[in-house]
Order: sequence, then structure tokens, then C-alpha cells
Amino acid sequence: MRPGKGLLAGIAGIVLASFAAGSALCADNVIPIGAAVSLTGKYALNGANTKNGYDLAVRQINDKGGITIGGKPYRLEVLYYDDESTPARGTELAERLIEQDGVKFILGPYSSGLTKAMLPIVERHKVPMVEANGAARELFTKGYRYIFAVLTTSDQYLTPAVDLAAQNAGKLGKKTEELKLAMAMENDPFAQDVRAGVLADAQRLGINCVIDDQLPPELNDMSVTLTKVKALKPDILVVSGHEKGALTAVKQIEALRVDVPVIAMTHCDSAQLAEKMPRASENVFCAQQWHRSLKYKGDLFGSAEDFATLFKKVYGYDAPYQAAQSAAAVYVFADAFKRAQSLDPEKVRDAIAATDLPTFFGPIKFDASGKNIAKPMVLTQIVHGEYVVVAPEKWAAKEPVIQHRR
Amino acid sequence: MIGNLLILHEAPALALQLAIDGILIGAVFALAAYGMALVWGVTNIINVAQGEFVMLGGFIAVIGAEHGIPVLLAVPLAAACLYALGWVLYYAVIVHLVGRDMFNSVLATFGIAIVLQQLMAHVFGGADRIAVAGLGSWFFLDGLVVVDKMKVLVFAACIALGVGLALFLFRSRRGQAIRAVAQRPEAASVLGIDTRKVYGLTFALNAAICGAAGALAATYTVHPYGGLSYTIRAFMIVVVAGLGNLAGVIWAALGLGVAESFAGFVLGPQYQIAFVFALLVAILVFRNWRLRRQRRYLA
Repeated sequence: MRPGKGLLAGIAGIVLASFAAGSALCADNVIPIGAAVSLTGKYALNGANTKNGYDLAVRQINDKGGITIGGKPYRLEVLYYDDESTPARGTELAERLIEQDGVKFILGPYSSGLTKAMLPIVERHKVPMVEANGAARELFTKGYRYIFAVLTTSDQYLTPAVDLAAQNAGKLGKKTEELKLAMAMENDPFAQDVRAGVLADAQRLGINCVIDDQLPPELNDMSVTLTKVKALKPDILVVSGHEKGALTAVKQIEALRVDVPVIAMTHCDSAQLAEKMPRASENVFCAQQWHRSLKYKGDLFGSAEDFATLFKKVYGYDAPYQAAQSAAAVYVFADAFKRAQSLDPEKVRDAIAATDLPTFFGPIKFDASGKNIAKPMVLTQIVHGEYVVVAPEKWAAKEPVIQHRR
Repeated sequence: MIGNLLILHEAPALALQLAIDGILIGAVFALAAYGMALVWGVTNIINVAQGEFVMLGGFIAVIGAEHGIPVLLAVPLAAACLYALGWVLYYAVIVHLVGRDMFNSVLATFGIAIVLQQLMAHVFGGADRIAVAGLGSWFFLDGLVVVDKMKVLVFAACIALGVGLALFLFRSRRGQAIRAVAQRPEAASVLGIDTRKVYGLTFALNAAICGAAGALAATYTVHPYGGLSYTIRAFMIVVVAGLGNLAGVIWAALGLGVAESFAGFVLGPQYQIAFVFALLVAILVFRNWRLRRQRRYLA
């Protein structure tokens, strides 16, 4: 056989196999849910966290007997595509999932940018989407009816950090209005919304913003911004630029000996800051959607700690909050299917809208725009290589350390 | 923007800091650009997988560092691995491109870039990685100017590699063969030089240089899809310096690093890359204008 023929046979085999996989999804005791997540490209890491969260919840639901609708048991199954971390591909895949694969329910992608790209398609086809990784407020201001988000919006990510700094201004020998703020935020919908939130907080508290730099996505050197920080000596430095931003900032803050008492970031735990650079990241504040030490509980996984333990057992690494919120999104679908007792998208949508669910991830209850208004953000501080909750007060495991670094 | 200029005016030491940072990152760009100029000049192939070679070298250094190998020792290791990969890619792909239209080479090496990206993502995972050298820094002017010792080593290594490459090209028999083939392949082959081997050697050498650059750059971040910014800058440096101008490559790279650093400070980091492209356009327009003027004299 010529090599060309071998190749053809191989391709034919793959095509056949994929048809077989497709037909399994159409089996009558399966509820197919579509998802386009970033398995390659710049969001590959959190794409994998998202998928692991979805998979763990699906496994847990199916192991517990699936979902019974009208007396008939159903299993959940997720049909995945790789959106390559590009919004254009996300849009295409949303169309493909709905029009070609015929899915009636969709789980969200990773990042606000990709969620934003998929939303119009989902809305046009009236397919309910529960998403867990798009936090920018602009997703919820367009009047869309079919999007539901289990997470807290991005404007609130760093609010606890700014508040803490204001409360502890005395420790730095200053009044709140004398504090100076520096921001280094990536140029994407998520981080820009975090920026807007921080700016609003600063205004509310009378804090003066002295640096407002925007980081391009391809940047891997922040020394320019940090040089400015050294010159203007702010009291608060907030950084948001996904994992690369967090890693680069922590590394270069130490190398350049930047001395800012309150340094707050997003994406610390998915970047594994505490694990990889415990010394450089000491006392850094991290905005998190969830933490394993919180006293949340639900039927599916038990407590937050139970989820974290199970996740580690299955995937071999500590559950970042991205995985936890993804699992919670599947949980919302399962709960809605049960209550709707129907697979009609419109009925399921209404059931999702009426969700009032205690979970390991926190309480979930949506407002009219579809965002979860029942769960607050938490702020942790890295202490000796561990993330310790410092805000909100009722969960704080210790007093925050606010002091000059050297 | 004016505020930022005022900061520089009030604290000129910061300008020194920006210049130093720019020179040190420019050195890494210089290496990636050397390799690109070499391959382009000798084989007439534009390798757009340059950045992926750099990232691969970076991953070797990061993984080495996680297993206790100092970053500097990882440099020759990365160079050796990439040298081998360079030969493999040469016989698998590049050999078919020599003498063809340049567009084919861009397309094929773009394909190599995609394959390498996906392989890296598969093998090393999609996380941003960073190698911690832990050498510390030197502090000058009351801590206002900080020079990372690792970055100085990177700079020294870049200069050493550049000088070594120049010596190799101008002194050794093989280097002479490379230059001969670059000047006139037909004549070189008549004189008994195996041109295919020379092309392969050039490509593998380029991969090795990029690997070394990547290992040196691993103290910035490394990501499977992070190579593009190195490719773009290498391309730009070669265009500015002109082919076959090794000294020019160094000057262009260091200049670019410094210009970027100041642009980032004054205009804001979001305009850093835009500034690079604007600079490229400005330089090309200026060149065109100068050439035209010369042409007029001749006529």
C-alpha cells in the first residue's frame, strides 16, 4: 500500500470514529451540553482548569445516578471543542455546537473576551448558557436573557484590597485621602473592568491614582511600569494580567526591590505564585472567587474542603477557583433540569433564572441580568507560601499584614 | 505623558535604569535576530518559527532549573538540543524549500511554528513558566538604579555568542564555506562544497543560537504561545540592520530595546509594540527617501 493510501485510510478511520462519538451523544438517555474551552493558545492553562471542573461535576452527577426527568434517568455529557483562545473561533464553535451538533444547553468558555464573543449567538438561538469564567460587567448590561454566571463580577475583585488599605492607612502613618494608588492592568475586557472597579473604589475613598498603565497581552517585562512605581512611591499597587501578569510582577517587584505596602493581584492561585515563588510573593494580596477554607456546603460535593480534596485526588493538583466555579456551573444546570422536569430550553432557562442553590462554591442566586449576586469575593494574603483568607471579616483567618516590604 | 517626561526630568537616574533595562533585553533580541539574518542570508529562507525555537530553549532552561540545573548551565544544553532539532527539521522540511520562492519558506516555517507550539503545549502544559536564577541584583544610586545580575550575564553571553559566531564565520573553514555558499552557491558547489550540508549547518546553527537565547530569556516568562513577539522583533531588527550585517544586528537590537523601554515609560506599556512598528515604518520611509536621493545623483 502506498503511504498516501494509508493516510486516507487513517483519515477515514478518524472520521468514522468521530461519527460514532457523535451518535453516543445523541443516545436518548443523555443530555448533551456543549462547551468551547481554550485547550490551546494563551488561555490553555485555565481552559484546562475549566474543563477539569466541568468534568468533575459531570462525573459526580452521573455517579450519583444522573438526573431523573419524568421518571426517566438521564446522564450528562459535555461535547467539547477547542476555541484556541481566540474570540473568532469561539463564535464559530458556538454556531457549530448549536446548529450542527444540535446542543440545547451551553457551558461557558474561559475568559470574559471569549464569553462576550459567544453571547450574541447563544442569545439568537435562545440556548441557555451557564458560564463560570466571564466576569466583566459588560456581559450583563446588554439585556441578554440566556446568560447566567455563577461568579462575582470583575469590578469587585480588588475592592476588599482597596478597602483594607484604606482601613489600615494609619499603620502607614497616613490618612486615607493621602494614600496613593498605582494600577497595571492588562488591555482586555476582564482586567479593564477590574480597573474600573478599583478606580470607583479609589474615588469613593478619596484615594489618589498616580499610575494607570495598561499592559499589552504580549508583554513579559514590567520593569517600565515598576520603574515608575519606584519613582512615585504609591501605597497600593494593583496588578491584573492573568497568570503572566502575576508571575512577571512578583518576580520583578523582588528583583527591582519595589517597596509598596499593599500589593494586590488577580490570578495568583492559578499562576501558583505561592507555590512557585513563596519568598517573592510573601504578603501579596490575592483576589479569589473561592477558597477551600470557606464554610460553604452543598448536596453535590459536600463542603468546599471536600471539593478541594476530591479535585486533588482526581487531577493531582490543588483546585484553583477557576475549576471550582466551573464545577458549580454544571451543578446549576443539573439543579435546573431537576426542577424544570423538562429538556425544553425555555423551561430550563426559567428554572435557571429561579435558582436559589447553596453549593460548595457558595450560594447561587441570579439577578435579572443573570449574574450571581449571592456570593462575595474573598481576599487572601500569601503567608509562608500559603493563601490565608483575610477578608471579608467573617471568614478572615488572620489579621492582614500591611507594612513596608523593606 | 507629559507627567512621565517630568518624572524623567526630575529623576534622571530612572532614565539610566530604562536604558540599562532596554540594553539588557535588546541583547536577547539580538541573538534571535542573528540567527534569522544568518538563515535568511545564506539560504534565502525567512524562518518565522524563530520565536518558537526561543521558547523551546526557554522551556529547557525552566525544566532544568526545576531539577536543580543552574540557568547558565542550561544554555549550552538548550543550544545542543535545538542544534539537533535544527538538523531534523532541515532534513524533514527545510531541504525542500531551498531555491524555491520565499513565500513557500514563510508558509512552511509558519507550519513548523504551529506544530512546535502545540507540541510544547502538550508536553509542558499551557502555564506561563519562569526560571528563577536567584543571583540577586546590584544596586546603584541609593537603590534607584537596579541591575539584575542575571540580565548582565545574559548580556555578556549574548555578546560572547555574537563574537563567537563572527569568529566562526570569518576564521573557520566551515564558516568560510557558509559565506561562500551565501555569496554564490553554484560556484561554491563547483569548488567541492556540499551546499546542502552547508544549508543544514546554517539552519541548525540558527536553531542552536535561538535555543541559547531562549534559555537566557527564561528569566522573563516562557509560554508555548509566547514566541511571536521574538519572531516579530527579530524580523524587524534584520530589516533595519540589513542582511549580512552582523554588527548592524547588534546595534539595531540594542537600539530597539532602549527605544521600547523609553516608549513604554513615556507613552505607556500599551503603546510599546505599536511604537516598534511605527519605528519600523519610519526607518523604511527614511531609507527609501535616502536611496531615491542617491539615485537622483546617479542619474
